[in-house]
Amino acid sequence: MNYTVDKKGFYGEFGGAFIPEMLHHNVEELKSCYLDIIESDEFKKEFKQLLKDYVGRPTPLYFAKRLSEKYGANIYLKREDLNHTGAHKVNNTVGQILLAKKMGKTRIIAETGAGQHGVATATVCALMNMPCIVYMGEIDIQRQAPNVARMQMLGAEVKAAISGSKTLKDATNEAIRDWIANPEDTYYLIGSVVGPHPYPDMVARFQSIISEEMQYQLEEQTGKNYPDKVIACVGGGSNAAGAFYHFLDNEKVELIAVEADGLGINTGKTAATTQIGSEGIIHGSKTYLMQNSEGQITEPHSISAGLDYPGIGPLHAHLFKSKRGTFLGATDQEALNAAFELTKLEGIIPALESAHAMAALNKIKLKNDECVVVNLSGRGDKDMETYMRVMNNGK
Amino acid sequence: MENRIQNTFQKKRILNIYLTAGYPKLADTVTIVQELVKNGVDMVEIGMPFSDPLADGPTIQNSSEIAIKNGITLDLIFEQIQEIRKTVEIPIILMGYFNQLLQFGIEQFLEKAAQVGVDSLIIPDLPIDIYQEEYKSLVEKYGLKMSFLITPQTSEERIHLIAKESRAFLYVVSSYAITGGKSEIEDYQTQYFERIKSLNIETPKLIGFGISNKETFETACQYAEGAIIGSAFIKALENSPNLKETIKEFVRNIK
Repeated sequence: MNYTVDKKGFYGEFGGAFIPEMLHHNVEELKSCYLDIIESDEFKKEFKQLLKDYVGRPTPLYFAKRLSEKYGANIYLKREDLNHTGAHKVNNTVGQILLAKKMGKTRIIAETGAGQHGVATATVCALMNMPCIVYMGEIDIQRQAPNVARMQMLGAEVKAAISGSKTLKDATNEAIRDWIANPEDTYYLIGSVVGPHPYPDMVARFQSIISEEMQYQLEEQTGKNYPDKVIACVGGGSNAAGAFYHFLDNEKVELIAVEADGLGINTGKTAATTQIGSEGIIHGSKTYLMQNSEGQITEPHSISAGLDYPGIGPLHAHLFKSKRGTFLGATDQEALNAAFELTKLEGIIPALESAHAMAALNKIKLKNDECVVVNLSGRGDKDMETYMRVMNNGK
Repeated sequence: MENRIQNTFQKKRILNIYLTAGYPKLADTVTIVQELVKNGVDMVEIGMPFSDPLADGPTIQNSSEIAIKNGITLDLIFEQIQEIRKTVEIPIILMGYFNQLLQFGIEQFLEKAAQVGVDSLIIPDLPIDIYQEEYKSLVEKYGLKMSFLITPQTSEERIHLIAKESRAFLYVVSSYAITGGKSEIEDYQTQYFERIKSLNIETPKLIGFGISNKETFETACQYAEGAIIGSAFIKALENSPNLKETIKEFVRNIK
């Protein structure tokens, strides 16, 4: 089985570019040059340099002793939370901003849900002195005031998406419309492994630094350059794509993707796409998505804004359908429990997204000598309000 | 069915009006089409409301949301078209997004559309290569005709390819924009229209996006067989106290 994208932009039967003709030129332009540029020595050098000096890579692979004792396995945490801006998102924005510059683009647009990708985009735009417009659902703007302020402080213009449900999927729609209206100078910087080909492949490549580092870090620490299991959360799926990337063809590595069950998969308040979704098209890509029998895309729910998306990237759809990946879910409550447990045992406050990955430790069978890497995709500063609410209710 | 499209393009200055099925009220689809025909519209494009209409602007998205809330479904749309066909002879174009067809079942959709009297389909997010490889023979099996879009950025080679596969008409997107944009036609647009005209494409052409009034309609007719008006019509319906009067006035102001 092949897990990389084929010439037509498909992972198995998923992916492709189901886009209106108005986007054809933009997407084609990107498709025709992205590999040449990002595979060039010059690009690689600049990218690696920025990841090292600006982002703070490599991120540690930390052996979590107390967590390991509790779960009876060797558990390592890939510390993406220690990246500049607090999550793995910046790996991708650094890569894409360099690409945009090489393509001669002068204006950057992006979509954001909770604001993490928006902040990571605004950050690299400040770094590169490029104008930045971030589309964000009107409701998310209200919910995520600190990130809106961060983006604005970084010089980005935050535009409210007022259509539809006024959340991430609508912000994505608005960004796509902006790109249609500004095809010459504008680069659309997508934040996850979603959207039309070549975005899923390109974003996965930029995030693949996560598993690239894991390989040699594991070798140093365990003498073996791969783990038995890799666990990562999946909304759109960019951190999971990065954490899985170099292990896709190594069948000895179990790839575990954790979706957000929300209040529970049968409650109607969930973001567990593979559990309750079906095959279809969202944002230009054939994949699994949450929809009704009429093909109308339905609203997801998760306590974690980063997982609150009604689709998954086409790579993950392929991993799910081919059974290469193991797909689990964690509810809001399970994620919260896992966040408090990690904080207590290891002194690390995780992002709510990453807490879903941690919650999977309770759901899988572990053997004593097994090596498990959990991708700790982001830190919990942004989620303190939610955590405070839990602590106050606990009193 | 062959004749409805061909016969229509015997004429010049074709006015194709877009409406959202199930908007403003669920059952209005039938009345609106009947009134449009009564007032001399040559073709109608019926939009199948979708939650995430990427190629459309806020006006059409908003009308789609309302129609979905009203309870519109593909089955209802087919029933409405069947009702319309009892009295209406002009071509009916059905416009929607590919995911809607996928969930309905492609073949079932095509069969049903043909059965109720649809002439042509516009599916903006169905790529032409995938159409050719996977769906063309099915579309032809049911006697339906596709209409595909071109934009100011579509290359000449691609225009010819798209025109060849557009068996009803070629949908000439007038600008770098989504539907419901500006109300004036700029110089780069007329240059683009000139360029398209000079290609001497056999497929009839209709210009759409940004056509909103008599002036823009007339400009479009200088370069193409006619034009498509969508958002401006939806806006007119939005606050209409009397659909029949609004439609009569709207069409009279254009043609």
